[in-house]
Amino acid sequence: MEHIAGHKPALTWIVRICVTILVVLWLIPTVGLLVSSFRDRDDISASPWWQAPFPAEQTFATRIAGDAVQQADGYLLTGDIHDLPEANGAGRITAFGVSRSAPTGIAAGDTTDLPKGGTLTVHPDGSFEMLTPEAPDAKGQRLYFAAEVPPEFTTANYESVLYANGMAQAFINTFTVTIPATIIPILIAAFAAYALAWMEFPGRGLIIAGIVGLLVVPLQLALVPLLRLHNDIGIGQSFVGIWLAHTGFGLPLAIYLLRNYMAGLPKDIIEGAKVDGATDFQIFTRIILPLSFPALASFAIFQFLWTWNDLLVAKVFLPSDSESWVMTRKIADDLLGSRGGDWGILATAAFVSIAVPIAVFFLMQRYLVRGLLAGSVK
Amino acid sequence: MAQVKIDNVIKRYGSLQVMHGVNVDINDGEFVVLVGPSGCGKSTLLRMLAGLEEISDGTISIGKRVVNNVPPKERDIAMVFQSYALYPHKTVYDNIGFPLKMAKRPQDEIDQKVRGAADILDLTKYLKRYPKELSGGQRQRVAMGRAIVRDPQVFLFDEPLSNLDAKLRVTMRVEIKELHQRLGTTIVYVTHDQIEAMTMADKIVVMRDGRVEQIGAPLDLYDNPANVFVAGFIGSPSMNFIHGTIVTEGGLRQFRSDSGLMLPLPHTSVPDGTKVTYGIRPEHISIADHGVPLRVVVVEPTGSETQVFAKHGSDFIDAMVKDRFKAAPNAEVHFAIDPANVHLFDRVSEQRL
Repeated sequence: MEHIAGHKPALTWIVRICVTILVVLWLIPTVGLLVSSFRDRDDISASPWWQAPFPAEQTFATRIAGDAVQQADGYLLTGDIHDLPEANGAGRITAFGVSRSAPTGIAAGDTTDLPKGGTLTVHPDGSFEMLTPEAPDAKGQRLYFAAEVPPEFTTANYESVLYANGMAQAFINTFTVTIPATIIPILIAAFAAYALAWMEFPGRGLIIAGIVGLLVVPLQLALVPLLRLHNDIGIGQSFVGIWLAHTGFGLPLAIYLLRNYMAGLPKDIIEGAKVDGATDFQIFTRIILPLSFPALASFAIFQFLWTWNDLLVAKVFLPSDSESWVMTRKIADDLLGSRGGDWGILATAAFVSIAVPIAVFFLMQRYLVRGLLAGSVK
Repeated sequence: MAQVKIDNVIKRYGSLQVMHGVNVDINDGEFVVLVGPSGCGKSTLLRMLAGLEEISDGTISIGKRVVNNVPPKERDIAMVFQSYALYPHKTVYDNIGFPLKMAKRPQDEIDQKVRGAADILDLTKYLKRYPKELSGGQRQRVAMGRAIVRDPQVFLFDEPLSNLDAKLRVTMRVEIKELHQRLGTTIVYVTHDQIEAMTMADKIVVMRDGRVEQIGAPLDLYDNPANVFVAGFIGSPSMNFIHGTIVTEGGLRQFRSDSGLMLPLPHTSVPDGTKVTYGIRPEHISIADHGVPLRVVVVEPTGSETQVFAKHGSDFIDAMVKDRFKAAPNAEVHFAIDPANVHLFDRVSEQRL
């Protein structure tokens, strides 16, 4: 690979630095999403995700109540703040207060006067002593305090996304859409690409030009007429309909990619096979297809990712009942619609939906390496 | 095995005609080499024989059958490509067996023939390997193996040795010739290398610009070239050509070059005053005490022979002498020319006189 960047060390380093910067730039949002998906919504609004691994400071409000012990100078109430109601999750106490106007006005360890008489001391470890002239009433003394909250991660988001109503169905629906919508165009495109690359027939150039032209047509243009056509011929909104739609939208790119790859295969191999007695179909299945595997794999990845992430085509061509929802629709309409502010859920849903594409990419990417032709022709 | 007849074949690409009525007769079991400079149409002719290229006019027959519109696989031919054209995803065994598999032969017959071919070509050790794991010469042999398992009527070779290094080329040349002697199948072989043509062929077809210039046995072409092109193309180093006129001086018919050099003539009926091109091969010139006086330009010793470039006025003559010879540049040297080895060509038509 070093030959690509050139032989100058300085240039090599510039390339490396640029690559590193790009990788970091791409990775930061993904990591943020991943971290956020493990935090609950209060944490997410309390502190940014890059502070998640560190303890955060949070203010609590509670009341001190309980049985006080009568002493010579009044009633003494001792205890631990952590045992008080609504103090869950608090760690080391940093400050406290007794009035709403200054909830954290007094540093931990100091003593303050209470408005109704008496004193209160709160220590950093949470223990406190309250000395009052009269026995505290059942309502108790209001107390505000600031405490460090240790970092907390939770899988609750994943539980609520994965076990949400209909999520499993949506997952299966997505596969039902993507797998045929990936395989059908590849099958058709491979045949078409072979014919356009290696078979002589009148109008071949025009067809290729037409396919290249179709590459630039936005698919939104076809949504309404295509849906009307589906309704007219009785397919309506159904899985068959979306397979056909994805196939049609994917074919121009598929044919274009595969034709260019196949046209680049050595002519001698194909002619050799012809002389050896192979028919066009045998040349296609035994020679062209195995040699085109890298191109087939790369198009499969493209098409799979595109159909997996697609929301628009799924919304148009699938029935609108929730039984037929795909993942993207489930996330967009259900999770986002009802819980739009719940960033933890959103981050988790995003992660769940990219898990399969990432797995597909890593499984297939080794086939993208083009080295299969080595040794066939000099 | 079969004879091949190429009869008045014409090839046009649109309005551009590239093959102008080619006629070649190839006898059963003959080793025919099509030779010519690049662009002369030799590969196109071979591809038309294979059926990979359509012919615009004329007929091609293999055996007694006209094959103009017969697809390649039904012509009963096998072709070896310059680039080997091996199937990179198949092992050597599967590469060699592919034509038989296409012909739907039984498995045991395929196995027997593949092993037989591998044995002939010394490939038995490599049957499990893939093409990328083989050297150039081995790949070339696999390509030949794929051709011989079919036991075709005609073998077609399209510059099979051009991708090999010089040493391997000599070895493979011998192997192909040996293979021909063993199998006795008709072979049509295309090359641009006249040494390959001379050493391997029973019959050479010299082509230029889509026309056949001469057909004949190698030594026939060497001794009696039909025109200046064939004379210059066959033989290495190539023949000397000097422009001049035939004159009679002092009762002796002689050749006088445009720059005044006098050279001996064979017995010829060409009248005096005819403008001719005088051809003499470098190996037919020797150094003598008396003879044609020239000035040495460069001397190149090659060990077995010495090549001497000399000139007179604007005429250059290149001699290949057997003796060790040393001379300073610009020294005078005398070349002896045997009139029996002189070729005379018409200046305008360039045809042999």
